[in-house]
Amino acid sequence: MSNVAKRQTSGLDKVLRVALYVCLLGMATVYLAPFIVMLLTSLKDVEEIRSGTLLSLPSSLDFSAWSKAWNGACTGSQCEGMAPYFFNSFKIVIPAVAISTLLGALNGYVISHWKFKGSDLFFAALLVGCFIPFQVILLPMARTLGWLGIANTTTGLVMVHVVYGVAFTTLFFRNFYQSIPVELVKAARLDGAGFFTIFYRIILPVSTPIIVVTVIWQFTQIWNDFLFGVAFSGFDTQPVTVALNNLVNTSFGGKEYNVDMAAAIIAALPTLLVYVLAGKYFVRGLTAGAVKG
Amino acid sequence: MNKIAAKAGSGATQAGRPARLSLADWMPKIVMAPTAVAAIVCIYGYMIWTAVLSFTNSRMLPTYKFVGFDQYERLFMNDRWMVALSNLGVFGGLFILICLFLGVMLAIFLDQKIRAEGAIRTIYLYPMAISFIVTGTAWKWLLNPTNGIEKMMIEFGFEDFRFNWLSDPDMVVYCLVIAAVWQASGFVMALFLAGLRGVDGEMIKAAQLDGASTFTTYRRIILPSLKPVFFSALVILSHIAIKSFDLVAALTNGGPGYSSDLPANFMYAHAFTRSQIGLGAASAMVMLGCVLAILIPYLYSELRGERHE
Repeated sequence: MSNVAKRQTSGLDKVLRVALYVCLLGMATVYLAPFIVMLLTSLKDVEEIRSGTLLSLPSSLDFSAWSKAWNGACTGSQCEGMAPYFFNSFKIVIPAVAISTLLGALNGYVISHWKFKGSDLFFAALLVGCFIPFQVILLPMARTLGWLGIANTTTGLVMVHVVYGVAFTTLFFRNFYQSIPVELVKAARLDGAGFFTIFYRIILPVSTPIIVVTVIWQFTQIWNDFLFGVAFSGFDTQPVTVALNNLVNTSFGGKEYNVDMAAAIIAALPTLLVYVLAGKYFVRGLTAGAVKG
Repeated sequence: MNKIAAKAGSGATQAGRPARLSLADWMPKIVMAPTAVAAIVCIYGYMIWTAVLSFTNSRMLPTYKFVGFDQYERLFMNDRWMVALSNLGVFGGLFILICLFLGVMLAIFLDQKIRAEGAIRTIYLYPMAISFIVTGTAWKWLLNPTNGIEKMMIEFGFEDFRFNWLSDPDMVVYCLVIAAVWQASGFVMALFLAGLRGVDGEMIKAAQLDGASTFTTYRRIILPSLKPVFFSALVILSHIAIKSFDLVAALTNGGPGYSSDLPANFMYAHAFTRSQIGLGAASAMVMLGCVLAILIPYLYSELRGERHE
């Protein structure tokens, strides 16, 4: 609800109100326009793109650009479309999200309810991990992955995403668990309940909202990652963002903007879907992580 | 927050009887150990490692022949790096200012009991859910010098309309600003809207009883109370700007020439494709310096703020 109390509506107020709506809807159009253009472009054929403009409607619904983007377009030397990389991304994202969320929950639980000497310092040190520019760790990480024999593998990418994602997940869970009364945990401990019993019986049952927020946050971050993908993946383990960039920059013959746009929408679809279905939690992750981070 | 921390601390000593050290007492430490090791090695260890590399003459492979500050000297004599740095200044400055302006404006507009607020908010924020690579791909097409917005405006009847910033070395950096603002301004809106909803209603009512207009109320009372939100937004936006890598890769690939390079792209190019590991490491250290210059004052004020509570 607005904080500004309602006043008497006068003629001027009405005009202002209309102007306000015009402005808000105008901006909404600006934000939507790129996506609409992408969608329109992806449904046209190359000839229509050449003769028409960004906003001209396709004469018929032509999905050939979509099927080419999915399994025929060239991404560098390979011409298998986005499909293999789309699944690569899932192979990276699912384990990385699961592990980093679990670790974050346990860490957050320790930091807020099982403090020990140095646990606060550890938390502060970990927070820095949320903020460092990853360029600082790229070179050593590349060497380490090589030594471990997991360079250019999905395992390597999962590990990297877990290591640098756990700072955020710990932060989320710690902020959430701070609000669980310490007396509750203390009482359970006096009753002889152990570390994992309390976690499983008391903490986990109330954690659903923060788990949802964290999973969505991590999913979006890792799916959208490009830097780690381009630095640490091999030809057959590339995530979808790297493949998209290769597809757009591969030019055998003429430029096919319809295929580019279809591929871009394919790459964006999973996170967009999550956003549309669970926008509330997405926003909560953004603001909570951001404001307190 | 510290009060809660103190309480939890005393709770731990009461419950864990000091005489007996059981597995349960070690459990928290065991659970946190993997993350602690990973953080110490992969954040701080690697930071030091990169710092060490920046003082060596490593090229294709890391070598440990120390050359002092030579790489930094080379870095700041390097025209491409200086272009990247000045691009970061222009890009970061404009990106932050425009995002803040748009974000605050949209948040205030949306705070006026707007019908369908939820739907409008969803539209403003959706770009934040997609990858910068997708954003770059989309805007590369929109800003296409011949087939993009230019052609559309000509068809609309503006015969002389020219919009070729993407191929103009002097203007290409503004293309990055446009795309980045499109992606991140909705996020700033969401931050401020959350802040606006948290402002004390009594204070506003008092101001209005005193006859303050809506505009004055916002300017004198509401916005000043949102200072913390403002600082958070500032830190996050500058952080996004300094780390920007994917957007350049997808939208301009640094071109034309290297006119739209940012430091992150310079670092990647030199460390991974041009076999200049020493130089790349030095540029990474400068980037770290930039982030710390913003972060340390912010964290300092945050922590001091918490102590005062």
